[in-house]
Amino acid sequence: MSVAEPATHPVESTGFRRYLGAVWKATGRSPAWPLLTLLVVFFAFQSPFFLSPFNISVILGQTVLVGMLAIGLTPLAISGNIDLSVGAIAALGTCLTVAVQPFVGPVGAVAVTLACSTLCGVINGLIVERLKLNSIIVTIAVGTALHGATYLLFGVTTKVAPDTSFVDFGSLKLLGLSSSVIIFLLLAIATSLMLRFTVHGVHTYAIGGHRQAALDAGVNVERHVLINFAYSGLFAGLCGVLLVASLGAGSPTYAKDYELWAIIAVVLGGTRLAGGAGTVAGTVAAALSLTVLRNGMTLMKIDVRWFLIALGLSLIVALILDRLRSGEPDVAE
Amino acid sequence: MSTDQPGERPAAAPLGIGAVLVHVRQLFWRFPVVALLIVLICSTAIITPQILSLGNILLVLRQFSALGLMAVGVTFVVLCGRLDVSIGSMASLSVVVVIALHDAFGPGIAILGSLATAAICGAINGYLVAYLRLSSLVTTLGMFAALQGVANVIGISGVQLVKNPDASWFAFIGRGYILGIPFPVWMFLTVAATGAWVIGATNFGRSIRAVGGSEKASVYSSIDAKAIIFWSFMISALCTGLGGLIIASRAMQAQADSGVGMEIMALSAIFLGGTSLGGGVGGIGRTVIGVIVLASVNNTLVMVGMPIQAQWLVSGTVIVLAVWLDSIARRRRLLA
Repeated sequence: MSVAEPATHPVESTGFRRYLGAVWKATGRSPAWPLLTLLVVFFAFQSPFFLSPFNISVILGQTVLVGMLAIGLTPLAISGNIDLSVGAIAALGTCLTVAVQPFVGPVGAVAVTLACSTLCGVINGLIVERLKLNSIIVTIAVGTALHGATYLLFGVTTKVAPDTSFVDFGSLKLLGLSSSVIIFLLLAIATSLMLRFTVHGVHTYAIGGHRQAALDAGVNVERHVLINFAYSGLFAGLCGVLLVASLGAGSPTYAKDYELWAIIAVVLGGTRLAGGAGTVAGTVAAALSLTVLRNGMTLMKIDVRWFLIALGLSLIVALILDRLRSGEPDVAE
Repeated sequence: MSTDQPGERPAAAPLGIGAVLVHVRQLFWRFPVVALLIVLICSTAIITPQILSLGNILLVLRQFSALGLMAVGVTFVVLCGRLDVSIGSMASLSVVVVIALHDAFGPGIAILGSLATAAICGAINGYLVAYLRLSSLVTTLGMFAALQGVANVIGISGVQLVKNPDASWFAFIGRGYILGIPFPVWMFLTVAATGAWVIGATNFGRSIRAVGGSEKASVYSSIDAKAIIFWSFMISALCTGLGGLIIASRAMQAQADSGVGMEIMALSAIFLGGTSLGGGVGGIGRTVIGVIVLASVNNTLVMVGMPIQAQWLVSGTVIVLAVWLDSIARRRRLLA
């Protein structure tokens, strides 16, 4: 990993503390980078296989799927909303990609899937913004409904893609990285730049920081939140397409619990749940930490069922860190 | 319920049909879901008349009493203005624990162990939400994952079924009848009645509604809001433990996923009943109505021959609709 490892230096001078502070600032004040460093060092000592090129590519391949959802969620979370239907949208995406491919070809299938998933995001956004409802409960409900609809439309069975074009694309390599990892990195950088340098990004932070103030300053809050919902839907669709690219099939059971991973990655990455703060870099580091944790646990031959416990506990720890950073709220969320 | 806002009467009520319509409209905005229930039952009764047979009604009630118990518990949390989505996993865990302990220690200890497990989970939830002031939804989402993990670990490596189900009185909880009515239904009704009494007529219930209405105001009125929130999570967990006992005793075996999706069902029942998401408004009676509506929707879908996944579609849609209607109704109350 490219992170500096402060833990290996001796702790003595105040200069070192300033250095630590600079690292902390450079990583977007996200607890995920130190966590990732710790995990990598720990598992590297536990298993000689951990840092092998093959294992690293496995980790990256797993990170891409959840990371995609988490990146899409980051702008939305910064603007103070949460989308818990992304797992269901991704599952719908896998089924849709496989189902329409015979009719419109692989490129057309991707286009249809992305359009539909963006539409799901827009519907979420319209319900939340127009009807002024709580985004968490709405998206849990929409996610449940979408899951049900996906089962009804496509059946319980796994549908194998008619040809191997998606899998071929998924196994393309460039500079030693697989195509989905490259797409993921490019989109992460694009999202990061969007948040940093576009009007939409600046307004997203403004809305999350203080919604009423943003409204009073003339920001079109509804439009920006809607765009963020559509963005999160689009990335969920992308996650679905990448799932098909790695598995060569679609099923309503895919992407199970992914929304949980994604939310944990977002919170652990330092995005404040109330909105107004957060970075894509932090989210990526947190998504990596989660897959490193899972991968390391597998390598250490710990039963994979323990991972769900670790996942839940890390969400709660991330929340406590979030609370410590942002102080006690006046009124509960 | 006594917790409802007084209905606003128009200054000059028109006479005749008009007056009836006004009343019907008022009634609709107070209990939108009752109208839904009536329409639903009438339309299904036309398609499949056997839906109204006593046998079917008792069967549906028995099937939904575990969910009803859990929904009653979560109503306390929702009235505080919080949410608890960990109950599905908590029910799975409670099922797994009671079955794992049953043959080794006997039913009494197993039941106690299961309820104690639920109480510990509730205490963790309550401590995190009330005292560390974490967002209740995301906290309980984390607990949802963690508890499901624990249930999986115990459920797959531990004892999975009771060897001689007919020999144990534990089977009575899920399968027994008193006066022709299934025992789970008795449990549900007793807990619901107690809950309604607690919410409506005790200081604790009033404090819960006060905290849900305005936490700040309740603290200024010297209510210990943190303790109130903590205990509402404990009640939710204990009711979930009881629900888990019913599920376990009906099957007499442990499936680590027996509670999956129940949190969504319980929340849809609560919101359907018209308990407000923001807290403070609502009651146990409304939740009971919501459970009955959900049960009849479910029963209708089964009778019509829809697959089980159709219920997810329906309950998801229903939550959005109910939350929306609730927000409209709240705005109307504010305007009135």
